[in-house]
Amino acid sequence: MSQATRTMDIEDQIPGTYVFDGEAAMKGYALNKMCFSFNHAENRAEFLSDEDAYCRKYGLNEEQRKAIRDRNVLEMIHAGGCIYYLAKFAGIFGLNVQDVGAQQRGISVEAFKKLIKSQGD
Amino acid sequence: MARIVGGLTTSHIPAIGNAVPREQELRNDPYWKEFFAAYPPAREWVQSVKPDVAVLFYNDHGLNFFLNAMPTFAIGAAPEYKNADEGWGIPTVPSFKGDPKLSWHIINSVTRENFDLTTCQEMLVDHGFSVPMELFWPNYSYGNMRTVPVQINTVQHPLPSPARCFALGQAIGRAIESYPEDLNVMLIGTGGLSHQLDGERAGFINKKFDLLCMDKIVNEPEALTRYSIHELVREAGAQGAEFILWLAMRGALSHKVRKIHSSYHVAISNTATGLLVLENAA
Repeated sequence: MSQATRTMDIEDQIPGTYVFDGEAAMKGYALNKMCFSFNHAENRAEFLSDEDAYCRKYGLNEEQRKAIRDRNVLEMIHAGGCIYYLAKFAGIFGLNVQDVGAQQRGISVEAFKKLIKSQGD
Repeated sequence: MARIVGGLTTSHIPAIGNAVPREQELRNDPYWKEFFAAYPPAREWVQSVKPDVAVLFYNDHGLNFFLNAMPTFAIGAAPEYKNADEGWGIPTVPSFKGDPKLSWHIINSVTRENFDLTTCQEMLVDHGFSVPMELFWPNYSYGNMRTVPVQINTVQHPLPSPARCFALGQAIGRAIESYPEDLNVMLIGTGGLSHQLDGERAGFINKKFDLLCMDKIVNEPEALTRYSIHELVREAGAQGAEFILWLAMRGALSHKVRKIHSSYHVAISNTATGLLVLENAA
């Protein structure tokens, strides 16, 4: 991939961390634009009435549509999603940042909450 | 002339926006007790310094700005700032009064110092702005306060460096102090401390680094401006980079400050919370 659109070198990458840079912003534009639309209740309702039609309306590619269908946050990030916009998608299903964090870690929400608290000791 | 009466920093976690209306009952809740216990001294201080205007450094999380046009630094220049539905269920709060004349004075002043801001005559403000206002002015009692929102991009990299944000704060501090009206101006920096919402490292918190930041920002903020954004992300988590908002606020205070009050608590939601009250030292 082009170095010009990246903000850090591969060797500097932080494990388990995705920097939402120019490359991701271009890749994820349609997905993030759809999630941004969820600021409005009528758009959330339209999405729920026909999810795939709404995804097509915003021009999501197959990878992004699959990630949405699977409710898989890591897949959305790999497809260029930015967590600030994805949180609006998660909110439609009543999922908060702890639910989303636990899903990405592959652990239960209870275990995730314990992990958070333990770092304060 | 306008006077800077001091600066506050606080986390702006959305969960707080849901909790604030229920503060009375949550004061004895094991989860919230320690968090809310930290705020009364800060509120008393706010009342004691009689602020007329709050200049608030925050980041938009996808309410007002989208990737179609993403300003690195934006400033409100409107008579009123509305809050709105953010999509995931935080209550919408009463709107905030602006001070467009002070906004334009700041814009003109910092542009002469080569800080070129995006100017906004309409601007929705999200939880990054509203939660701190709700915390320091409980029960939405901020109705008489005028505000100037200064929005810094933390959504799309490259983010502005800690050094650049600190320097912007310094320029805004000089602008405020050159404003000819007799006003008490309060500074507020919001966000942080360490947290990460995305990736397999979600849930990352770094208490040691947070405490270092809370210590150094008082007497040695320049030491913190040497971090790169990348180092901040590594040490404080992907969203812990919001610490640049604290540094912008600190830049607007004088070189020497007095710490009036502070608190640190792990955690609310996924985020280590920090609170600081600073006054300019003579």
